[in-house]
Amino acid sequence: MSKFSGLGGRLHSGETSIDFIGKRRRWYALSGLLIIASIAALSLQGLHLGIEFKGGASYTVTKAGSTVEQANTALTSAGITSEVIIQKVGNDKVRIQTGSLATDKSNALQDALASSFGVSVDSIDTQIIGPSWGKEITRKALYGLIGFIIVVMLYLAMAFEPKMAIAAIVAVIHDVFITVGIYALVGFDVTPATVIGFLTILGYSLYDTVVVFDKVRENTRSVTATSKMTYSQAANLAVNQTLVRSANTSIMALLPVGSILFVGAGLLGAGTLKDLSLALFIGLATGAYSSIFIATPLLAVMREREPAMQALAKRVNARGGSPVLATTGTTLSDGGNEKRGPRNQPKRKGRK
Amino acid sequence: MSTSNKPVKTAARPGRTLVVLALVMLALLATVLITGATAVRLGLDLRGGTSVTLQPRIAPGENGKVTTEAIDQAVSIIRQRVNSLGVAESEVAAQGSGTNRQIIISIPGDTGRRVVELVGQTAELRFRQVLASGPGTASVAPTDPAATPAAAVTPELNAQFAALDCTKPENLQGTGSDNADGAIVACDRNGGAKYILDKAEVLGRQVSKATAGIDQQGGNAWYVSLVFNDEGTKAFGDITGRVTSLPSPQNQVAIVLDGLVVSAPRINEAIPSGNAQITGSFTQVEAQDLANVLKYGALPLAFDRGEVQQVSPTLGADQLNAGLLAGFLGLALVLLYSMLYYRGLGVVSVGSLLVAGGLVYLLFLLLGKWIGFTLTLAGIAGAIVAIGITADSFIVYFERIRDEVREGRSLRSAVETGWVRARRTIIVADFVSIIAAVLLYFFAVGGVRGFAFTLGLTTLVDLLVVFAFTKPLTTYLARLNFYSSGHALSGVSPKSLGALSHATKEA
Repeated sequence: MSKFSGLGGRLHSGETSIDFIGKRRRWYALSGLLIIASIAALSLQGLHLGIEFKGGASYTVTKAGSTVEQANTALTSAGITSEVIIQKVGNDKVRIQTGSLATDKSNALQDALASSFGVSVDSIDTQIIGPSWGKEITRKALYGLIGFIIVVMLYLAMAFEPKMAIAAIVAVIHDVFITVGIYALVGFDVTPATVIGFLTILGYSLYDTVVVFDKVRENTRSVTATSKMTYSQAANLAVNQTLVRSANTSIMALLPVGSILFVGAGLLGAGTLKDLSLALFIGLATGAYSSIFIATPLLAVMREREPAMQALAKRVNARGGSPVLATTGTTLSDGGNEKRGPRNQPKRKGRK
Repeated sequence: MSTSNKPVKTAARPGRTLVVLALVMLALLATVLITGATAVRLGLDLRGGTSVTLQPRIAPGENGKVTTEAIDQAVSIIRQRVNSLGVAESEVAAQGSGTNRQIIISIPGDTGRRVVELVGQTAELRFRQVLASGPGTASVAPTDPAATPAAAVTPELNAQFAALDCTKPENLQGTGSDNADGAIVACDRNGGAKYILDKAEVLGRQVSKATAGIDQQGGNAWYVSLVFNDEGTKAFGDITGRVTSLPSPQNQVAIVLDGLVVSAPRINEAIPSGNAQITGSFTQVEAQDLANVLKYGALPLAFDRGEVQQVSPTLGADQLNAGLLAGFLGLALVLLYSMLYYRGLGVVSVGSLLVAGGLVYLLFLLLGKWIGFTLTLAGIAGAIVAIGITADSFIVYFERIRDEVREGRSLRSAVETGWVRARRTIIVADFVSIIAAVLLYFFAVGGVRGFAFTLGLTTLVDLLVVFAFTKPLTTYLARLNFYSSGHALSGVSPKSLGALSHATKEA
C-alpha cells in the first residue's frame, strides 16, 4: 500500500507521468474499435429484450425437487406452446416464460402449474406484462436520457466551461454505447432495471469526469500567465494527479455494486438486483476509463485549438519544454511509454 | 467560486458542528419514537403481494382524447373496486402527470388473481329507470310490493333484490359487466340504498357536457347541468316523458356508473330539449363529483394491464434477505478497503459511513410515516450503490489532504486548504448525482422509481455528512499527535506520501 502511496506522490509532483493526452490517438482508436464493435453487435444481434419490453408472462414455481418436465406437462394441458422458455433456477425453482397471454389463458396456466407441481396458485410468483408496456417504458427512458443530457450539459457549462461540458457528455455517450454494445454482444437480458442502470451510469460516469476536470481547471487557470506548460501538459498533469483518486473512487464504487451483483446473481438468479448491478458494473468500468482516456484528451484538443492556447504552446515550445516537470529520475521500472515526460510529447497544435 | 489558498475559518469550532449534528440525529430519533414509526415500510416485492399497473386508454369503439378528469374518475372507480376487497393497506395511486398517468394498485397478501380480474374492466355509465327501491340492508321483500310492476320484474330479480345487502363491501365492488339490455339489481354507491333498475336507455357516451353550477337566485343551491347529444336528447326525452307521471320510485332515473347507483333523481317533467338540470341539496363537492361522473361517461376508459406482478411472501423474504446481505457485504468491503488504504484516515470514513447509514435509516422510518415511502428491492439497491458515492466524497477529500501534505503543508493546514478545494468538487459531483436521481425518478416506470428515490436521498445525506461530520472530525483528528506527527499508520505520513520537503510550513 505504501508503495502505491509513493506512486501517488510521484504522480502528484509530475515525477512519474503517464502521457494520456499525447497518446490520445491510441485511446481514440481503441474506443473507436469498441464503438464499431458495439454498433455491429447491436445491428447484427440486437439486444436481448426481457418480457417487460416484448409483453409476455413469467411464472416462477418454488418447490424442492421441481422439474422442467412438470412445467412441460402443465403447459401442454393449458394448451400453450408458443414462445415458451423453461429454466431451472437454483435448486428449487422453475421459471416459465411465455409470450403475451389473455387473462383466461394466464389463469388456466397458473391452475395447471399449481396442480402439476402440487403447490397453491398464490405461491406462484407471477409477472404479466401487457404488449404496449414496452413502448411506454422505452419512451420514458428516452425522455429521461435526453432530459438528463441537456440538464447536465447546461449545469456543467455553468459550473465549469462549455467545452468541458461537451467533452464530458461525449464521454458519457461513449460509455452508454459501449455498455449497450457489451449487452448486445454477450446477450444479457435487457429489462427496465437494466435501463435504470444505464441511466444511473450517466450520473456516475460524470461524477468521475467532474473530479478530473475540477483538477484540470485548477491546473490550467494560470497556465497562460506563467507560460511554463501548454494546456495539454497542464491537463495531462491533472489527470496524473487525480489518477490515484480516480482509481480509488472507481474501486469504492465497484465494491458495493459488485456485492449486489454477486448476491443478486448468486442467490436470487435473475431479477432486479442482478440486472441493475450488472449494468452498473459494466458502466462504471467504462466510465472510469472514459473520464481519463477520452474526456480529458478531448477537452485538451478542443482547448488547444483556441488562438490563446496555440500562442501559449508556441511560447512554451520556444522555451524548450517544461521546467516544472522533472522528467529525470522517473522511477517506474518497466520503462517504455511511461517514461515519457511532457517534454517528449508530440506537438499537436493546430491539428485535430 | 475561487478556490483560494487562504487559511479558512471553518476549522474554528469542529466540536460545535458535531454537537449540532448529534442533536439533529437525536431529534430525528425522538420523532421516530414519538410517532411510533419503528419499522421501515417494505414494498410488496419484499413482503409478498400483488401489484398491477394499469394504463388507461380510450375504450374500443370510442373516439376522443383521454382527459385528466376521465383519469381522475377512473382512479376513483378502481379505488372503489379495490376497497371492496377489504384487504388492509391496499393502495391505489396515480403515477405520472396529466393524461399520461398510470394507475398503480398494490395489494399485500395472496389476492393476486381476483385483483387482476377486477380492476381491468371498463367502467360504463348508464341511465336506467328505477323500478323499485329500498334501504340498503337485506330484507324479506321490497318495501312496497304493490309498487312493483310485475311486467318488468321477474320473481328471480325480486328475490335477488330482497337478498341484496348493500352494507357488505363485496356488494359495493362495482363491475363493468352489468347487463345493459336487461333489468338489474344495484346498490347505491354509498351502500345506503338498493334498487331494481330497468334496462339501460341512455348511455354515458350520449352525454356531451356536464357542469356543476350554483343557482344565484334560488338560495345559492348547487346543481348539475347536463347536455345530451342528438341521440341522447331523443333517448332522454323518451325516458323522462314516460316516467314523469309514474308513482314514486318509478319516476326516478338512476345514473349508474360501474354497476353502482351514483344518483337517482326524480323526473319532474319530460325533458325533450336535451338540456337537463339535477337539483337537490348538493354541497359543492357533491355537485362537482356528480358532474365529473357524468363527464366520465362521455368517454369511458378501458384499462390496459401494463404490468402485473405477484410475489409470494416466500420470495419476498428471500429478496429482502438478499438485499440486506448485499448491503452488509458492500459496506464491509468498502470499510475494509478504506481502512487498508487510508489507514488512520480510514477511521473517518468508517465513522462517516456509519453516521450516513444511521441518518438514512432514520429518514426511511420517518418518510414511511410522512409520505408513505416504501422500501423496495430496487430501493435497497439504490442505497447500496450510494455507499460507493458517499465513500467517493471522502476519497476526494482525503486525496486533497494528501496532495496538500505532499506540497509540504502541515497536516492541520492541509486539512483546511484541502477542504476548500475538495468542497467544490464534492458539491459539483453530488449535484450531478442528484440531477440524475431526480430525472430517473420522474422518468422511471413502476418499481425502479424506488431506486432513484433512495439514490437521491442518500446523496443528500452524503452532502450533509461530509459537511457536518467528516470535515469537523478530520479537523479534530488532525490535532491529535498520532496524525499530526505523521505516524506511519496515520495515512497522512509525509514520508510515505512522498512530500516535497518534510519541513512543515504553517499557512
